[in-house]
Amino acid sequence: MDAILLQVLNGLDKGGAYALIALGLTLVFGTLGVVNFAHGALFMMGAFVAVSVQNLLTISMKVRDTSITFFEAYKETPYLEVWFGDVGTTIIDYSVPISILIAIPIMLLIGLAMERGLIRHFYKRDHADQILVTFGLAIVLQEIIKANFGANPIPQSAPDIVAGSAAVGALIGAEGIVYPWWRLIYLAFSLVVIGGVFAFLQFTTFGMVVRAGMYDRTMVGLLGINIERRFTIVFGLAAVVAGLAGVMYTPILPPDYHMGMDFLVLSFVVVVVGGMGSLGGAVAAGFLLGILQSFFSMNEVKEILPGIDQIIIYLVAVAILLIRPRGLMGKD
Amino acid sequence: MQSIVESSRTRDTFTLLIFIAVVLTAPIWGEFIGAGYPDLLQKFAIFGLFAIGYNILFGLTGYLSFGHAAFLGVGSYATVWSFKLLSMNAIPAVIFAVALSAIFAVVIGYLSLRRSGIYFSILTLAFAQMSYNMAYSVLTPITNGETGLQLKSSDPRVLDAALGVEPQAVPLADLFGITLNGYAGFYFCAAILILGFWLSMKIFRSPFGMKLVAIKSNQTRMEFTGFSPRPYLLTAFVISGVYAGLAGSLMAIVDPLAGAERMQWTASGEVVLMTILGGVGTLFGPILGAATIKYFENIFSAINNQVLESAYSFMPEWLSDIAILLTRPFVGEGWHLMLGVLFMAIIIFLPGGIIEGVRRIGGIFKKSKQIEEDA
Amino acid sequence: MSTDNEKFGTLSRRGFMKASAATAAAVAAPTILTSTAHAYVNEPKGGTVTLGFNVPQTGAYADEGADELRAYKLAVKHLNGEGDGGMLNTMTNCVLKGNGVNGKKVAYVTGDTQTKSDAARASAKRMIEKDGAVMITGGSSSGVAIAVQGLCQEAGVIFMAGLTHSNDTTGKDRKKNGFRHFFNTEMSGAALAPILKKEFGTDRTAYHLTADYSWGWSQEGSIKKYTESMGWKTAAAVRTPLGAGDFSQYITPVLNSGADVLVLNHYGKDMVNSLTQAVQFGLRDKQVNGKDFQIVVPLFSRLMAQGAGENIKGIYGSTNWNWSLTDEGSKAFVKSFGAEYGFPPSQAAHTCYVQTLLYANACQMAGTFNPCGVIDALEGFKFDGMGNGPTEYRAADHQCFKDVLVVKGNENPSSQFDLLKIVEVTPRAQVEYAPDMADVAGELGACNPGA
Repeated sequence: MDAILLQVLNGLDKGGAYALIALGLTLVFGTLGVVNFAHGALFMMGAFVAVSVQNLLTISMKVRDTSITFFEAYKETPYLEVWFGDVGTTIIDYSVPISILIAIPIMLLIGLAMERGLIRHFYKRDHADQILVTFGLAIVLQEIIKANFGANPIPQSAPDIVAGSAAVGALIGAEGIVYPWWRLIYLAFSLVVIGGVFAFLQFTTFGMVVRAGMYDRTMVGLLGINIERRFTIVFGLAAVVAGLAGVMYTPILPPDYHMGMDFLVLSFVVVVVGGMGSLGGAVAAGFLLGILQSFFSMNEVKEILPGIDQIIIYLVAVAILLIRPRGLMGKD
Repeated sequence: MQSIVESSRTRDTFTLLIFIAVVLTAPIWGEFIGAGYPDLLQKFAIFGLFAIGYNILFGLTGYLSFGHAAFLGVGSYATVWSFKLLSMNAIPAVIFAVALSAIFAVVIGYLSLRRSGIYFSILTLAFAQMSYNMAYSVLTPITNGETGLQLKSSDPRVLDAALGVEPQAVPLADLFGITLNGYAGFYFCAAILILGFWLSMKIFRSPFGMKLVAIKSNQTRMEFTGFSPRPYLLTAFVISGVYAGLAGSLMAIVDPLAGAERMQWTASGEVVLMTILGGVGTLFGPILGAATIKYFENIFSAINNQVLESAYSFMPEWLSDIAILLTRPFVGEGWHLMLGVLFMAIIIFLPGGIIEGVRRIGGIFKKSKQIEEDA
Repeated sequence: MSTDNEKFGTLSRRGFMKASAATAAAVAAPTILTSTAHAYVNEPKGGTVTLGFNVPQTGAYADEGADELRAYKLAVKHLNGEGDGGMLNTMTNCVLKGNGVNGKKVAYVTGDTQTKSDAARASAKRMIEKDGAVMITGGSSSGVAIAVQGLCQEAGVIFMAGLTHSNDTTGKDRKKNGFRHFFNTEMSGAALAPILKKEFGTDRTAYHLTADYSWGWSQEGSIKKYTESMGWKTAAAVRTPLGAGDFSQYITPVLNSGADVLVLNHYGKDMVNSLTQAVQFGLRDKQVNGKDFQIVVPLFSRLMAQGAGENIKGIYGSTNWNWSLTDEGSKAFVKSFGAEYGFPPSQAAHTCYVQTLLYANACQMAGTFNPCGVIDALEGFKFDGMGNGPTEYRAADHQCFKDVLVVKGNENPSSQFDLLKIVEVTPRAQVEYAPDMADVAGELGACNPGA
């Protein structure tokens, strides 16, 4: 029983991550009609904002290790700790939460620059052209990161206060169930961001225009509304959501330059299973696939169906797309 | 009317002859661009064939498959198994690979073509990824997993044994006594590439090809005329799947090894990129795209400082230092960056791909000729 | 970063350029036209001999590949008598004099394996067919090593494996033209087990998470074999997909499985991720059966340990070599590598450097680059002074037998490079196995000189 509850938590957590990554992708497709293969790269850039913030915060005083003469080896103490003692240590400890605040403006800028500089020229082009140009952009972005940060993963840690596990089972009388705080926070964070995006589109005038634009772009344009400008902002918003997903994911998955590509295929599967351009569908598909993946990885299941955990996501995707022509919640 | 058909036919014959000439002289012109060695020329031919076949589906019908690498892998595995069980002769291997990839293509195509657009793409992607993941892990008894399926001198090879062919210490594919490695391997691939090109040209010009284009431009209208596009689409899908299987088979013929990574989404994505980069829906474009990507992968990745220094050795030292500083990030371990920049540049400045560039250059020549003639 | 040093190398570049231009001219023509005139494939006719360095330059192992390439360049320098000579000064039974090999200057070509078998073979073929390389070396994974080794056997050149840890490379896929200096999963198991027994006792239950491909299975098999023989039980061995990213669904079942040791048969990014997440799930703070829960990572590398950060501290594993060793050979190598690049070499760099020197030495001993002669010289070759103590290239399977290092993530590092602490140097006798042992038995075949 405990094992199943834990897998539910795992599934929700995974689902949150999948939904968060897929959300921006489906938003951009729904509003701008662009298949953005550089979306994974935005996720990766977000993670590297966190890496950069950590690097900045831990600029260190270097004390040469004199026992080593062939090259320069240092014992490093961050200046923040040298200058501010425990306060400095605390600031460094909170590097990931700090990165969230910094990532918002940076990712917004990156998103706006991308839309203005490149994507907008491809609105009227074929999907094929969009794929090639955004794929090219994704490669360029990740190569720039590789040139500056190397190819190895870079460790990031969550603040100490949430490093341990929460006794979530106590709430329902299952004392044995503990779950890492950071993963619970990730889940909560993804729900808040998803809710925020929905509320923004649902309850603001801006959102209403964008939704109208998703529905019929020409019409909205004819009404004299500057839909182009709003679309630019939507792209920026998608970049911010992807970037935040990346920042928050770093304590779970030490980031490397290739992580965007690793998630790219999966995020497309989530978006399409949900129904292209449907925000609700993407979220539902994210959670569904996350939970199924967790369950089918259990030893009990794998004993009956060896290797099922390797293909379950694709198997479910095939089944859903064959039963529902436009995915879970897609419209024609 | 007659004369138009006649003249387009002559033009096609002419095109085909030029194509044959270019392909057969590849070892000579390849030398000038540093590609004059068997392996890369084989890759040009094999991936050219793969892209031509992919273009029959994507270029004509607009259906973007993201899972064609599955057929490439199936073709390779079928070929190596044929080498292991039957004979080192390439003919049964090719037949076996074509048949098996056709069966796979019928099944995957039948299911995936129930949907269109991106839904179709993701269905094909899902099938290919399942094949890849299974081949890498649980299907290891059939595929030899990560290590890849390799030949052993102790394999049974019943046909060879029955015909009394001596087993070689290092088993290599052959065609009735001609060992298919090195340049012989290239010419074998080239022959099949030429056949594939010819067939693709025939399809482009045939009523069948016209119907595929009609499906691309307006499927609904076609349906109103009481005509069901599905059988046509499935035929195109299977043809392109067989091209992919054939390409996979050739890979295993010139280099007897089959690995799971040939089925990974990146491999499917590669042929999509090749086709778009070269020019979707054109006869030559996909081959140009395939050759460009393979050239970058094999030649640019091998450029290190030492190579750059000798390349710039004609310059004064300070100038060559600057030149190295500027070019170094794009070669060697940076060849991916070069490729990314190339993708963006081509598609931004040449909508329609490399072939568009070729056309424009051709246009300039034509124009200047025109002016000369006018004058 | 790294390229700065390369860009402004101290060597007289112009002179070297002339040499490489000469090589290019010498190599360009003969490959097709004059192959009959050669006693073996790519027989060097000019004043230089070309080696092919085939390493991952893109993909997950790009940093390891870059380090391997640095080591190769250093080895070439030393062979040509530039720099301080490195291990040439400490290697025993060394006939190299720092004036090239067999009177020829050593040149090299490089290529990108992308850690993919097809790409690695394409790159190796380019080196053989176009650049005239007589030897291919490098790689950072077993699948690639086995694929390239098979190619070299077919083509008739020598393959000196880089970082490859699967038994199969010199086990069931062993080839006459292929040689491996790096250790393997069998040796990791044999070396680790006694230390695990000493540290954690004999009454332990292990839970394995294993990367679902041949190296992972091989690693799981040997750790199981050696730990079970000393009394440990195995609760479960679960296969995880390569590149799973998030391992939570495999880690939570460990929590209540009754196991008190988790063995992570993962390498590279998988290792970094699964270890990070296992620690996040509180496994290291757990008490099971009245004992502290432990995590073991059988194959360690310092570059990957960096990715796991704090989480690696106190974790046991095995490694082929570490820069903190203090024997003369290691010191000489760390000194020249450190002086050249400003940081210490990785185990991948070490094994690649040693392989290059061993190959060159064998050529010099044989007086030829003919693979058959080189193989004769390398088979059964005994040497010392290269960082691993007395070592032998066993003739029966072309595997080096030497001491194995058991290491632990350093809890109190004195510098940013001081990540691994050597716990034990397990002597060769303890990790040696019969070449025809079940699961590793294979056929070397005959030497193939190509032509």
